[in-house]
Amino acid sequence: MERTRAYYAAQGFPNPYVWAHFDEVPFAPLSKPLAESRLAIITTASLYDRTFADVREVASGPTDDPPQRLYGNDLEWDKKATHLDDVNSFFPLRCLEALVEAGRIGSITARFHCAPTEYSQRRTRTVDAPEILRRCREDGADAAMLVPL
Amino acid sequence: MPTVILGSALDVVEHCGVPRFLFTDFPLGNPCGKPFDTSMQEAIAVQGIDLFERAEQPGTTERTPFRWSDDESWRDRYMEIRPEDLAELGRRGEARRARRLREKAEGKTRGD
Repeated sequence: MERTRAYYAAQGFPNPYVWAHFDEVPFAPLSKPLAESRLAIITTASLYDRTFADVREVASGPTDDPPQRLYGNDLEWDKKATHLDDVNSFFPLRCLEALVEAGRIGSITARFHCAPTEYSQRRTRTVDAPEILRRCREDGADAAMLVPL
Repeated sequence: MPTVILGSALDVVEHCGVPRFLFTDFPLGNPCGKPFDTSMQEAIAVQGIDLFERAEQPGTTERTPFRWSDDESWRDRYMEIRPEDLAELGRRGEARRARRLREKAEGKTRGD
């Protein structure tokens, strides 16, 4: 967090970024065994190669015909140390499908979801997160795995 | 809804506070394992799934056993600010602020 603060200060942003913080954290136990549960996947990557100017919205893609690539060139991650050339390194669908095959998980929802980032926490809390939750419920999800870049 | 997060920004995620967090001490970008390392990716997915059952209270963090490399120099290079970078960082900041102003003028900004 200190590094991020210094990095943005060097770019001339006057106010240090304020990360989300919750004194009380909710906790939902599984309502049924994992082997009977349907799992949703939520990523911060995007379906297409966005530019910095593109408006970010909640998006969903099919899990039965998953993308060979997902994108994050407009997001802050460690571009000096690594890359996003292997979608499985940040999007666990292939591994989770194997766990469905093995009977460890019941199934995976028909859609995965892309959560937009880098703007107001209010927007995330009141608009985007409820929309993703609505889509997860619509797909019959019992639990969700979140994989932020 | 029960959730588990797979990620690499330990300080940010724990500052936020989340129900279940599987932490891998890697550069940001590969929370599911190193690129093209199938066995590592499978192991991280399994540990993440297991955390749904193992965690009993909010704020549960587990670590995966993996290291990015024997050489830890990636930590120092992340968001490194060298004197010769300052001019470029300043330009980048200007560009970002200009984009935000343009988006605001076009009604595209979704901020507070």
